Amino acid sequence: MKYQSQKVAYWFFGLCMLLFALQIVYGFIMGFARIGIDGLHDFIPFNAARAVHTNLLVVWLLTGFMGAAYYIIPEEAQRELVSVKWAYVQLISLAVVGVAAIVGYHFNWWEGRKFLEIPRELDYLVVVNVLLFLGLILATLYKGKRRTTTALVLTMGLVFAALLYLPGMIWFDSQVTDSFFRWWVVHLWVEGVWELIMGGILSYLLIKLTGVDREVIEKWLYVIVGLTFLSGLLGTGHHYYYIGVNKIWLIVGGIFSALEPLAFLAMALFAVYMYRKGEKSHPNKIALYWTIGASIVSFVGAGLLGFAHTLPQTNIYTHGTLVTAMHGHYAFWGAYAMIVLAIISYSLPNMTGRKLYDSARGHAAFWFANVGMLGMTVAFGVAGVAQVYLERKLKMEFMEVQNEIQVHFVVLLLCATLFATGITLYIIEFIKYGKPTDEALIKE
Amino acid sequence: MLSKSQARTFFLGGTVVTFLVFIGLTVYSFMPSNDQTNHELIDHQVVRGKELWENNNCMGCHTIMGEGGYYAPELTKVVERRGEAYIKAVMQSPVPWGPRGRKMVKYEMNDEDTEAMIAYLKWIGGIDLNGFDRVVSPLAKDKK
Repeated sequence: MKYQSQKVAYWFFGLCMLLFALQIVYGFIMGFARIGIDGLHDFIPFNAARAVHTNLLVVWLLTGFMGAAYYIIPEEAQRELVSVKWAYVQLISLAVVGVAAIVGYHFNWWEGRKFLEIPRELDYLVVVNVLLFLGLILATLYKGKRRTTTALVLTMGLVFAALLYLPGMIWFDSQVTDSFFRWWVVHLWVEGVWELIMGGILSYLLIKLTGVDREVIEKWLYVIVGLTFLSGLLGTGHHYYYIGVNKIWLIVGGIFSALEPLAFLAMALFAVYMYRKGEKSHPNKIALYWTIGASIVSFVGAGLLGFAHTLPQTNIYTHGTLVTAMHGHYAFWGAYAMIVLAIISYSLPNMTGRKLYDSARGHAAFWFANVGMLGMTVAFGVAGVAQVYLERKLKMEFMEVQNEIQVHFVVLLLCATLFATGITLYIIEFIKYGKPTDEALIKE
Repeated sequence: MLSKSQARTFFLGGTVVTFLVFIGLTVYSFMPSNDQTNHELIDHQVVRGKELWENNNCMGCHTIMGEGGYYAPELTKVVERRGEAYIKAVMQSPVPWGPRGRKMVKYEMNDEDTEAMIAYLKWIGGIDLNGFDRVVSPLAKDKK
């Protein structure tokens, strides 16, 4: 750790761990409900569990991105954060808004729009919170000694993510218009600007872990984020095939969303090539596993599994089925959860001064979580394909089909247990590192 | 070999061009002549129905136009498929509706809100979904 203010990141990462653990608990509630064990229905019905599960995902990932920015930007800008005190204010207000939203969901206080359930009143607080965060990051960059491409791409991703939150706050009388602009937020986040954030963090980690020249890495970073926007912007069209807008989206969405895997393929090739090209053998193997793992799993989850049902001819059958849940789980895991876990694994030894680089627990956490998530993805996939066939080809009733595919959710729960074991080990490792210390400044 | 400035130009140029095309297509999609939703039929009851749909997070379990929670049935053509009386019974049920064991939240809606929900679902059922309605709702199709 080169700058004292980088320690702020630790507390953001701590909040990440807490929210991630809670997200998994709610995932289990949903999984059990699907096999008929829903004793909590009166207190936590499925729609509440789902809203909490997906919103916790979004909030812990955003918290992780913010923590990553607080860690990376001082190093890239070569100066301390402009205000550590305000960064803590931002963290606490973020946690308060998050907790208020989650508690509110249990009392029917929400907007009922998938992924954007946060009630309007809290939306305004989110905007203030994000403006404070961006103010701190931009002021640090502005006053910094240098402006690197890595820092710019990361910051651009964060600024665009904030701007794109706004279309989701507009009320529309029409469900179709509402859905159309809701995807401006959700799709353009996860298949657009979040990839910039991922690319920025990946680039930083590769520079640090492989020792490859910054100019080479940042050049390819431009190519990757270029491919992301080139395909991802018009690729939004794959959400517009069947929601009541013009057929032109069948063509535009079909072509451009079919190109979306290219950005993820480029990212995977980029990471693996840089790793091979690098002459530096960084001792933090765990961080390297998560970094390279993120680039490969994101290609499989977001790229390949997305492509599997993105063409309109396929999507007409898979739209609104568990096939989407299959793609969603592996894509979010690979592209965003793993990159946040990578930056946490990289920064923890630097912030705490404790070099638990290559522990058996750290490796077990990586493999248990990854094998568990792969198993969950397969279970969702098999359930989804069976659902498509039974419901949309054989025309069976929805609940008849759900009973037929229930067994796959038993498999899902078993795999989820393995996944949760991996994440528990990761959190134990996080706790074992202890708190950040100024002594780490000297050791870097 | 590609230089860093060429890579930057590719990124900025590609982004600007596709963004402009995206905005253009958005405007095109919402031109009145391209309306597939019978927008003029959206009255205060349909709007109230949408408010109820959102305030109760129905999308957290059900899907509509293929979007939602995948836990409860798709409701795009539900009025055609089940009829208004069935929907009214579900909305006003004094106990959690639970066909085949999967429970729904008990809403006990009044007549006014129930009618608004039905109006909203009827409006949804009339939208041209580029063929998806024929796949997702075979029972409605078979009735025709």
